[in-house]
Amino acid sequence: MPERIRHAPLDLEKVKPAKAEIHLIKDECKGCGYCIEFCPKKVLEESDEINARGVHPPRIVDESKCIICSFCSAVCPDFAIFVVDKENKEGK
Amino acid sequence: MVQETVPVVVHPFSKYLRADMMPHIWCQGCGNGILLNCFVHALDELQTDLNKLVVVSGIGCIGRTAGYMNADSFHTTHGRALAFSTGVKLANPELEVVVISGDGDLFAIGGNHFIHAARRNIGIKVLCANNLNYGMTGGQQGPTTPLESVTTTSPYGNIEHPFNLVHLAAASGATYVARWTSLHVRQLTQSIKKMLQKEGFCFVEMLSPCPEIYGRYNKMRSGLEMMSWFKRASVVENFSDPSKAEITQEKIAVGEFVDIEKLSYEKMVHEKISKINEKAIEGVS
Amino acid sequence: MPKVKSGLTGVHFMNGDVACAEGAIAAGCRFFAGYPITPATEIAEHLSQRMPEFGGIYVQMEDEIASLAAVIGASYSGLKAMTATSGPGFSLMQENIGLAVMTEAPCVIVDVMRGGPSTGQPTLPGQQDVMQAKWGSHGDYGIIALTPSSVQEMFDLTVEAFNLSEAYRVPTLLMGDEIVGHMWEKVVIPSADKIKTVNRKKPNVPPEKYMPFKPDDDLVPPMACFGEGYHFHATGLTHNEHGYPRTSSSEVQSKLVNRLCDKIQKNADKIVRVEEVMLEDADVVVVAYGIVARAALSAIKKAREKGIKAGLLRLITLWPFPEERVAKVAKSAKTIVVAEMNCGQMVREVERAAKETPVVFLSKLGEEPHTPLEILEAIRRKR
Repeated sequence: MPERIRHAPLDLEKVKPAKAEIHLIKDECKGCGYCIEFCPKKVLEESDEINARGVHPPRIVDESKCIICSFCSAVCPDFAIFVVDKENKEGK
Repeated sequence: MVQETVPVVVHPFSKYLRADMMPHIWCQGCGNGILLNCFVHALDELQTDLNKLVVVSGIGCIGRTAGYMNADSFHTTHGRALAFSTGVKLANPELEVVVISGDGDLFAIGGNHFIHAARRNIGIKVLCANNLNYGMTGGQQGPTTPLESVTTTSPYGNIEHPFNLVHLAAASGATYVARWTSLHVRQLTQSIKKMLQKEGFCFVEMLSPCPEIYGRYNKMRSGLEMMSWFKRASVVENFSDPSKAEITQEKIAVGEFVDIEKLSYEKMVHEKISKINEKAIEGVS
Repeated sequence: MPKVKSGLTGVHFMNGDVACAEGAIAAGCRFFAGYPITPATEIAEHLSQRMPEFGGIYVQMEDEIASLAAVIGASYSGLKAMTATSGPGFSLMQENIGLAVMTEAPCVIVDVMRGGPSTGQPTLPGQQDVMQAKWGSHGDYGIIALTPSSVQEMFDLTVEAFNLSEAYRVPTLLMGDEIVGHMWEKVVIPSADKIKTVNRKKPNVPPEKYMPFKPDDDLVPPMACFGEGYHFHATGLTHNEHGYPRTSSSEVQSKLVNRLCDKIQKNADKIVRVEEVMLEDADVVVVAYGIVARAALSAIKKAREKGIKAGLLRLITLWPFPEERVAKVAKSAKTIVVAEMNCGQMVREVERAAKETPVVFLSKLGEEPHTPLEILEAIRRKR
C-alpha cells in the first residue's frame, strides 16, 4: 500500500471542502431502510426511536463521513431525507 | 437576542408536490415513491415550466401520482390515459404531457391505446412503474407477472408468458425506450430528463418493488429483499436487442434500448392543418 | 387561429350527417376524434376534410373508447370537442361518459341510432338507445340529450348541444337516427355572426384560490384548462371541491353526486325544449320524437281533417325529460299516443308523467318508421 502524501489543496482559499448537513424529516419516514442500506459510507443506521408512523427512522452515525452523494435522498420513496452542502450553500 | 422558532424542515422538492395531499398512500418500500422522486428531480434539473406540464395517470397505486404533483393533472379511467393524453397534446402541442401509469393500466386494459399512441409517435412521455402485478386491487396477476409467480389470481403459479415491455414499445414505434429498476435512481433520472427533451413518443419502464403484495407472495418479504434482487440480477445492456431484454430471477436487462429521431404526430398534424387553413383562407378572401 | 369565413352560409341541400358536422363547426368545435361506424361515418369523413380548413383537428382513434377519451382530453385543453358514433360505439363509450360527467367536461357525443341490439341493422333506423342515453353509464348522474327530426335540426341542435354542454359542463348527447342522418333536405345556414354560441365560464380568482369543482349558484363550477397556470387536479374518483379524491367520505359522495344530478334537474326549465302543435283543445295527443315525429305531424293533421281533436307534443329534449309539459298535456287530453321505433322506452317516462291519463303505445322496428296512417289508426281507435 503506497504511503499517502498528505498536503493541503492548492486552491483551499478559493474552494471550501464540502461539509454535509443531513436533514431527516423523521415523521415522513416509513422505515423501508433503503437510505441505510445503500449509503456508500454507512453514515446512517436504524435508530431506536419510534416515529409518528410506528417505525424506526434512520439515525446519523457520523455526519462527517458523508460525501454528499445524495443517494439516500434520491432513493427515498417518502421525501424524508435530503442532504445539503453546508459549506457551499448559496448565500453563505 | 431574537427568539427563534423551531425551523420546519422542508424538503427541497416540496414545491413540486401538493402539500395538502401529502403524505402519499404508498406502502413502506414501494417503488412508486422513488419514481415520483426521480421524476421531480428531473423536472428540477431541467427547470421545467410547471405551467406547461400536464401529468396524466391511469388507475392503480401509481395512478395516485397525478394527485400528488403540483401541476395540472388528470386521473383517467382505467387504461385510457394515453387516449386522453392524445386529445390533450393535439389540442395544445405546447403542453408537456407526461403519462405516469402502471403495467396493468398501460398494457392490459390499455394495451391497444399504448401501441397506437406509439405507432402514431405522438409526443407523450410515458413513465411505467412495472411492479409485476395489480397492486391496488390486492395483488392479482397482470401482463408482466413472471412465469410461475404466485399472485392472488394465480395461486398455483402464473402460467402466462409476460410481456417484454421494452420490446413492445420499440416494436410499436417509440423514439426513446429505456428500462431501469428503482435502484438505478441516477440513470432513471437521466433517462427521464432525456425523454422530456426528446421529440416523439418516449417510454421509460421502472421495475418497481411491491414488497407488501408481490414480494410477500414470492419470497421477497421486504423492499430490501426486492432491491437486492435488482442489485444482484441487473445488467446494463445499452442498445442491445430489446426483444432479448428479459426479466428473470437470474437476469434483469436494463439500459437504454432505443434512441432515434422521428417526426412527432402533433408536429405533422399541425403542419398539415396550417397549410390547409392558409389555403382555405386564401380561397375565401 | 385564423378563422375561415363559413363558406357554407346560405341555403343548401345536404344530408343529416353533413349538416351535423357543419353545425359543429359553426358552434366552434375545433376537435373531432372518432371511429367509423354506419350510419355516422359521414360525420367523420366530412369533418376530416372541413376541420383543418378552420384550423381544427381531426384524429381517427383506434376505437370508440379512445375517441371519447381524446375528446375529454381536448376539452380539458380548452377546445370544443365532439365525437360521433352509433349503437355499438355508444355502448363502448359509456364508461368515459361517466368520466366526462364526473369531471364535468363539456363535450358533444352524437349517436346516430340504428337497429339494435348488438350489431343489429347497421343501415336501418332505430330509437332503441334513448333510455341508454340517460342510464347507460354506471352511477347516478344528470345528462342532456337532444333529438333532431330533420336535417335542419341536425344542424341547429348540434349548435344547441355545444352551447348546453359549455353552459352546464356536461357531456351532451345528440340522439339522431339513421333516417335523419342519411336523408337529404334543405338546410339554411345563417352567417357566423347570427349563430349564438356559448363558452364555458372561466375562473375569476387567482390560481391559489381556485377550486376546480366549487360550483357557482347555478351549480356549475367555472372551468380552468390545462396550461393556464391553475395547477388543478381532476379525477374520476369521488372528489371534494379542490378536486382531491375523497373515497371514504359519505358526505363528499352525497354532496357531489346530488349536485351532478341537480345541475341538470334543477336547471331543467332552461334546458327543456319541445314543439307543441295544436295542443290547446286536443283530446288525443301524440308524443313522438326524431323521424317518427314527422309521420306523427302528418297523422294529426289528417285526424283534424276527420274532425278528431288531435295534437302533437314533439320532444326535442329527451333528457332531462320534459315531465312538466307532458303532465300539463295529460291533464287536458283524454288519451296520449306514444309512437317510438323501439319496444317501449320513452313511453315509460310519458306514463310516469301522465299519471291517470291512458297512454297508448305504438311500437315499430325495422326499415320504416310508423306511417302517418298507422298513427292515425291509433288516434282513431283510442279516442
